[in-house]
Amino acid sequence: MKHNHALKIADLTVSYRRIPALHHIGFEVSCGQCVGLLGPNGAGKTTLLKTLAGLLARETGTIHFHGREVRGATPDIAYLPQRGQIDWDFPTTVRGLVEMGRYLRLGWWRKYGAADDAAVGAAIAAMSLEPLQDRQISALSGGQQQRAFLARALAQEAHVLLLDEPFTGLDKPNQDTLRSTFRTLRQAGKLLLVSHHDLATVPVIFDQVVLLNGEMIAAGPTAQVFTEDNIQRAYSTRVFAGVDHGHAI
Amino acid sequence: MNFFRELLSHEFMQRALVGGALIGFTNGFLGTFIILRRMSLMADALSHSMLPGLALGVLVAGGLSASGLFLGGITAAFLVALGAMLLARTSRLKEDASLAILYTVAFSVGVVLLQFVPTPVDLKHWLFGDILGIGDADLWIAYGVTLAVVPGLLLVLRPLVLTLFDPMVARSQGVKVDALHVALIAACVLAMISSAQAVGVILMLGLLVTPAATLYLLTDDFSTMLWGGAALGTAGSVLGLVLSYRFEKMPSGAAIVLVLGACFLAAWAFGPRYGLLAKMRKRRHFHEESLSRWDHGHDHKH
Repeated sequence: MKHNHALKIADLTVSYRRIPALHHIGFEVSCGQCVGLLGPNGAGKTTLLKTLAGLLARETGTIHFHGREVRGATPDIAYLPQRGQIDWDFPTTVRGLVEMGRYLRLGWWRKYGAADDAAVGAAIAAMSLEPLQDRQISALSGGQQQRAFLARALAQEAHVLLLDEPFTGLDKPNQDTLRSTFRTLRQAGKLLLVSHHDLATVPVIFDQVVLLNGEMIAAGPTAQVFTEDNIQRAYSTRVFAGVDHGHAI
Repeated sequence: MNFFRELLSHEFMQRALVGGALIGFTNGFLGTFIILRRMSLMADALSHSMLPGLALGVLVAGGLSASGLFLGGITAAFLVALGAMLLARTSRLKEDASLAILYTVAFSVGVVLLQFVPTPVDLKHWLFGDILGIGDADLWIAYGVTLAVVPGLLLVLRPLVLTLFDPMVARSQGVKVDALHVALIAACVLAMISSAQAVGVILMLGLLVTPAATLYLLTDDFSTMLWGGAALGTAGSVLGLVLSYRFEKMPSGAAIVLVLGACFLAAWAFGPRYGLLAKMRKRRHFHEESLSRWDHGHDHKH
């Protein structure tokens, strides 16, 4: 097994009520990369992320991480929720949120010890959240909230970070900060898999792209794959939606 | 001083205070989970679902007994809760509507069943509770429920917190979200069985939700909300009982809920961070600040 291909997805099909949202997807990406998942609405970007997170059942296909097959949930992979789905009034501080990342490594009963505290502190420092760590989570800006969740994934010691449209709703300065945060994480050897819809910013954020349209369009280094031709193919063809039943899904 | 000595001299009052404290503690503790999981309305539905179980208990046991209430209530409420989950999953209805249908049906079954009870049952007792009449069996139930619910939830506290915060991410982390949901329902039903005696079916939701809701307005720390809710539930129940002993016209259940309601109102109005007054003051600060900044910028231009 070649080490540089950290995440290997082969022949992946995922369906909602027997209508495939992803149809025989396959690609390989290595660690220390920031990978953009691109495609029109309904292309299966979120479906792919949720499948990798162990939230959806696969119909066919395999997912390997460093040569080991991934089945169900693993602490190596962290799924970061879209900001809209979080109850920001939850009674917890930034530090409390990051501490939740340790729960998976700790199991349900083992004592939260000095090593855990150190890991949490390091994660908070890596995301430059020290001055904010005692704030309640709703008292953060959108960009800071993203970083708090990234810190939680770091505390979890996850290697693959799955992010669903993290740039949506961020203003320009916060987008820039998030971009440089991604760079830091990439340099730390993390693999970021990020769904994204703003094509204009793709070349400055991502080293690699995966173009989807229900089916696989292309995957590889941004410079080679993010071409007029591939974009055209991803965005202009009809989304594969199984057999046409003559009604909208 | 004499008042308290006299109060404690009655055996029924001693029992009521111990029972009330236990029930208040358990309900206040559980409230944090119910609020953060947004199960308050489900809890209300569950409390009403206990009627058919109670009626069956009366029919079979021949009277209003603690064990009949216990078994019947548990069965009925649990059937309704699980039935609602099943309905929501097998039809396009969501869980709230499914629950509304099932619990009203269950309640109606209870009303019909009560017609077959030979001896008239004092429904008022069941609707509003009577903690001053708490018996030994009820006290044992209260002990048992506290011992089952509090340590039980503490055992799964970490996965529960993950679930409360974000069920979807919790599931992606391998947490058995559905099993925890059922466990919470079970804890809720158990707590209600014990509080039926203290405050009755109509008011039990107040004892369950109000203490933790009060703390929710005061703190940003989960543990503080959890244990503070339990402490407030205990204190509110004891204080309510004392008030009801002092003022004869005041039924115990209503007194307990009124004390808790007063605490909640105070937190809502005067809470240091999220209270109404604090918010109004903060808004004015912000307004003044932005005004001064605007003035400042204005000066610069000229």
